[in-house]
Amino acid sequence: MAVALHAEWTKWRTLPGQAWVILGIIAVTIGVSYAAIATQHCPAVGGCISDPVKQSLVGVEAGQAVVAILAVLTVTGEYATGMIRVTFTAMPRRLLVLTAKTSVVLALVLAVGAVSVLGCVLAGRLILPGHGFTLANGYAAYSPGSSTLLRAACGAVLYLVLIALMSIGVATAVRESAVAIGVVLGLLYLFPILLLVVSNTTWHRHLEQIAPMIAGLDIISTTDLKSLPLTPWQGLGVMAAWAAGCLLLGGALLRLRDA
Amino acid sequence: MTVLTYQSPVADSRDSFGQTVRAEWTKLRTVRGWLIGLLLAAVLPAGFAFLGQSHCGVSQSGPNGKSVSTACPGPPIGPNGEAVEDDPYFVHQPLTGNGSLTVRLTSLTGLYAAGAFNTNGGTAGWSSGLQPWSKVGILIKENTTQGSPYAAIMATGSHGVHFQYNFIHDVTGGASSLAAPVWLRVTRSGDTITGYSSLNGVHWTEVGSATLTGLGPTAQIGMFAASPAYAKPTSAHSEFVAPSQATGVFDRVDLSGASGSWNGTVVGGGPADGPADTGVDAWTRSGGTFTVQGAGDIVPNVGMASPGGGGPGQPIDLSLVGDFVGLIALIVIAAMFMTAEYRRGLIRVTFAASPNRGRVLAAKAIVIAAVTFVAALIGTVLALVVSLRVLHSGGVSVLPVPTLTLVRIVAGTAAVFAVAAVLILALGALLRRTAVVVVLGIVVFVLGWLLTRGGLLPAGVTEWILRLSPAAAYAVQQSIPAYSFVTGNYTPANGFYPLAPWAGFLVLCLWAAAALGLAIHVMNRRDA
Repeated sequence: MAVALHAEWTKWRTLPGQAWVILGIIAVTIGVSYAAIATQHCPAVGGCISDPVKQSLVGVEAGQAVVAILAVLTVTGEYATGMIRVTFTAMPRRLLVLTAKTSVVLALVLAVGAVSVLGCVLAGRLILPGHGFTLANGYAAYSPGSSTLLRAACGAVLYLVLIALMSIGVATAVRESAVAIGVVLGLLYLFPILLLVVSNTTWHRHLEQIAPMIAGLDIISTTDLKSLPLTPWQGLGVMAAWAAGCLLLGGALLRLRDA
Repeated sequence: MTVLTYQSPVADSRDSFGQTVRAEWTKLRTVRGWLIGLLLAAVLPAGFAFLGQSHCGVSQSGPNGKSVSTACPGPPIGPNGEAVEDDPYFVHQPLTGNGSLTVRLTSLTGLYAAGAFNTNGGTAGWSSGLQPWSKVGILIKENTTQGSPYAAIMATGSHGVHFQYNFIHDVTGGASSLAAPVWLRVTRSGDTITGYSSLNGVHWTEVGSATLTGLGPTAQIGMFAASPAYAKPTSAHSEFVAPSQATGVFDRVDLSGASGSWNGTVVGGGPADGPADTGVDAWTRSGGTFTVQGAGDIVPNVGMASPGGGGPGQPIDLSLVGDFVGLIALIVIAAMFMTAEYRRGLIRVTFAASPNRGRVLAAKAIVIAAVTFVAALIGTVLALVVSLRVLHSGGVSVLPVPTLTLVRIVAGTAAVFAVAAVLILALGALLRRTAVVVVLGIVVFVLGWLLTRGGLLPAGVTEWILRLSPAAAYAVQQSIPAYSFVTGNYTPANGFYPLAPWAGFLVLCLWAAAALGLAIHVMNRRDA
């Protein structure tokens, strides 16, 4: 296993352009969060936003797309160049290769996700109190010690990790970068679009419970939790189920299919 | 001795632009996965339209505990085919043939519920104040049916005197101060209605005139009062809405051409709005002084919720959300159409056969644009047909749009997808990395729509995204115009874009042209 991990890590770090992907995750996540909170003031015409913590982590919704690139390319890059045949010749136990790949990506996304989310939280800490989101206006202090903030921030990092795992599963099943990315982002973004037109409340609620992005991002909500269709950790659990399902499917196909 | 020279039977006509296009078309149609993707792009949107099933009205518990959906009446339709709100309070009498009505408006006041309000009577919780577009004045209307042709001269809450007719037309009459009494006059001559205003009843200024077809020989003329709902946006999507009323006091009422008696009616014949005890819709007369107070409004329907009114109807562009499933497939195909050549090394063969690289890229752009346009057009039309049927069976009314607007929305959406495909193709040629290009495409065109129309980001940010980014092109889907004289929550989340439809489309075209130009430049300098 150590050898497999070492091999996967070497393959990953020697590819050109990886630094751009890492920088991309951090820049997109923090950038979108910054844009989302820098424009908010309280009190405001038309009322203040209800959940500044969630607002300051909204960049995750865009940053996850770059995380998906990182994860998908780790798998499909090998299929595109034919490298996968060399890999399986050297290490015939395919599930071991998949586990090693998954572990490397998991560690990377954990680290990069933590940096990105920390950046968002710092931005929130620096900007939001100055924009009127203070105790006086009815907002709990945006302080690093707050347990809900801690839960939301850690949850956001875990969410990004789960997105990466789901992407690896889909990429292993599909083996083509463009299609894999299309499937992953389709699963993430199409549900919220569909929800805009589903007005049947029962259906709406069920869709909110099974949609990976909507359920998964319940974890960054800190106010009005009773209105959520799932509790934050249940929501992250739904996302974990999607990731596990995709990984299982990918693993099964990898084992059964010709490379 | 004879010299044998070999001559190929194939005509010498290689490397014309037509042949390059044909070659690219052959490459596209012979990849099975892409054909499947195109088919999905044409069929899936309609499938998603089924899921968009919704029911109108409040679900009530049926006899077996099952929820029953009730149909909502659609909004009334104005003379120009648009949905309207038409329920002002109207004190009127019939006017046959030509005539005129002159009044002096001595006071215009209003009340509104700024917070929690008492719906069962009393003015507890009501504040005094006018809405910017509260309006009282003279109205001439075919009859008191909602949506019938009309013209009106009015004093407004904070926009001075206006002359409006047939819901969508508005003429500003200058900023007459209400500190002094305002004189208003409407004359009918044939089908021409003219509105005048005056500060002293001696010197009159024509504010505007309109030719109303279908007014009939006998029209209703009189004084009206209307006050749009007090609305305060609470987020990109929702707003606090509460009733308001306007009260106008008229004297020196001078009607020539008729001598009937005055009747007070809510246009459309609905029940009087508002708290029963305060009597929001009412009129009184003492001597020559008339006091007319009313709620409701007489404006085009911009899809806003109105208190007490039925469901406002769904904007038609929401019937097209299934298109985004197809769009993802189209983005994947457009990216691979370029990057797959690099992957397989086919690009070297392509450039050997057709050395003019700009021409190759142009041929690719034409093929992908044409194919995408056709697939997106089929997908959009099918989705629209299915969605309208599903909504109809669910009793949901869709805000009607003029035919030309519908053509613009449908063909415009297909054109947006086609130009988007060209932009993604050019990015593929520039970056040569499939995954990055697909993500860029999906983030700009799918997430971009979701963040703006879906209301995930605040309106201040989304309006700039929709001015500068390629997603500006979604302005072609705007189904209801933003009227300067109608109070509305005109944010992208409600379907109102900051750019005009074709200006937004132009922004996307500029992006695509710039990317294509840069790609040709880079390809000419770079090794294949």
